[in-house]
Amino acid sequence: MSAIFKREFKAYFNTPIGYIVLAAFYFFLGYFFSAIYSNGAPNVEMIVTSMSTVAIFTLPVLTMRLMSEDRRQKVDQALITAPVKLTSIVLGKFFAAFAVFALAFAPTVIFEIIVAAKVSVNVFTYIYSLIGMLLLGGVLIAIGMFISCLTESPAISAILTLVINIFILCMSSFASMISVSWISTVVEKAAFLSVAENFSGSVLKVTDIIYFVSIIAAFVFLSVRSLEKRRWS
Amino acid sequence: MISVTGLTKRYGSHLAVKDVNFNIEKGEIIGFLGPNGAGKSTIMNILTGYLSTTQGKVEIDGYDITEFPEEAKKRIGYLPEIPPLYTDMKVREYLNFIYDLKKVKFPKKPHIDEIMRLVKIDNVSGRLIKNLSKGYRQRVGFASALVGNPDVLILDEPTVGLDPKQIIEIRNLITKLGKHHTIILSSHILSEIQAVCKRIIIINKGKIIADDTPEALSAKLSSDNSLVARIVCDEAKMIEVLKTVKDVGNVSSLGKVEGGAYDFVIEPLDNADVRAAVYNKIVASGKTLLSFTSNTLSLEQVFLKLTEADESQLDLWLGNAKETTDEIELEENEEGEE
Repeated sequence: MSAIFKREFKAYFNTPIGYIVLAAFYFFLGYFFSAIYSNGAPNVEMIVTSMSTVAIFTLPVLTMRLMSEDRRQKVDQALITAPVKLTSIVLGKFFAAFAVFALAFAPTVIFEIIVAAKVSVNVFTYIYSLIGMLLLGGVLIAIGMFISCLTESPAISAILTLVINIFILCMSSFASMISVSWISTVVEKAAFLSVAENFSGSVLKVTDIIYFVSIIAAFVFLSVRSLEKRRWS
Repeated sequence: MISVTGLTKRYGSHLAVKDVNFNIEKGEIIGFLGPNGAGKSTIMNILTGYLSTTQGKVEIDGYDITEFPEEAKKRIGYLPEIPPLYTDMKVREYLNFIYDLKKVKFPKKPHIDEIMRLVKIDNVSGRLIKNLSKGYRQRVGFASALVGNPDVLILDEPTVGLDPKQIIEIRNLITKLGKHHTIILSSHILSEIQAVCKRIIIINKGKIIADDTPEALSAKLSSDNSLVARIVCDEAKMIEVLKTVKDVGNVSSLGKVEGGAYDFVIEPLDNADVRAAVYNKIVASGKTLLSFTSNTLSLEQVFLKLTEADESQLDLWLGNAKETTDEIELEENEEGEE
């Protein structure tokens, strides 16, 4: 797993993809921070949570070639015939994308330090919101990786993932439009963005963490199955 | 070392590989020969665990590839038809990645250095793979198969895209590696197979149609001990003259070939050796003998004869057991009814 993680993580920075994604995050982070800081009420957790929209639009770029590129270049033959489990291949790739995503939030640590020097802050609300955002990113990466397993073309993978992500973005407004209460509840739970907002409070709900982690696990599992299925068809 | 029993692979309704059986001992170099689309690559992909089987069993050094994939895969180095390379990596970087991926235990740097020297890519170790020529990429692929020094090497058309000098180098390398490794090599270049392999498995339409040494194959298929003579002479008269030689059965002409010369096929009775007698007769007749060869088939001819023949002819030539083909037909019918 570590070999694949290392190679994929490096590959993000051998190509412009890693830089583009990080640049997009850093631009918006910097913009929001300067806007809020000059208002005099600096609130880093708010900046962290507001990055969900940026994640929705940039993560498809991060996941688009995770699996599809291997298949297109036939490198999957090297991976699958190596003495490693399919799960390690998938997890290695997942964590590589996740690491880049986590790196995108590195400046918020500096923001928090700057703010803490000026006013008294509750570090935990910042940490909770960070956990929430990372888990949301994990979910989006797992979904994107699964989509990438289904196609040989990174472009198709990116577009399809973007469509799904936008759908997820609109989910909570769909939920409010549905009058049948139980369906509305189900859709609301599937609206990952609103679930992620739960993390911005002052308490950390274990159920929310379990919910996100299990969705990540489900899509990692589906990715493994789709690789496995290709061997059988 | 490698044992394959009843291997069958189906892509949807297309039967790509039908009931393939073979055993390969340690240290053998085997050639897979067959026209394009015969199922060579499919069989290799199954042996290496890239594809699954529909039916049948593959064992590498006693480890079943579906039950103990990791143990089996550890023992295999695979060079697929298109070498699997991350083109955004440098040569050494890529080989280091394969080393980590295969969890090799040898000391890293000397091991990679030795492999790069062996396949002669040490001069490009710092270059991006995407900037390399086809020949170099092929050799990087070869190098990655050698990482970890696996017992079994499976090479799918290893010399495609190389220039003649490189082809000879790679062939020599394969022969050298064959002393300590079990090698399966596929190719549709017959001279290549003939040069390196001690045993040939000919595959056509997903089935093994022959499995023997190159010499035995051509001997089996050649009409026994017959000769071809090219003589400058009168066609009809010479046939009469040649027929008078002791033990010569049928003589036929293949027609005019060059100048006033004709090719004659001389078939002896009861497989007798008539070379000396025929030669003396021709000399005695005062005609000019231009060439005199035995009519054994080259591997090329064997290959064409086998891959173009229908089943009944094959059974006749190779003495295959009739039951096996019947069984396959039966199975196919059953599945068709489902």
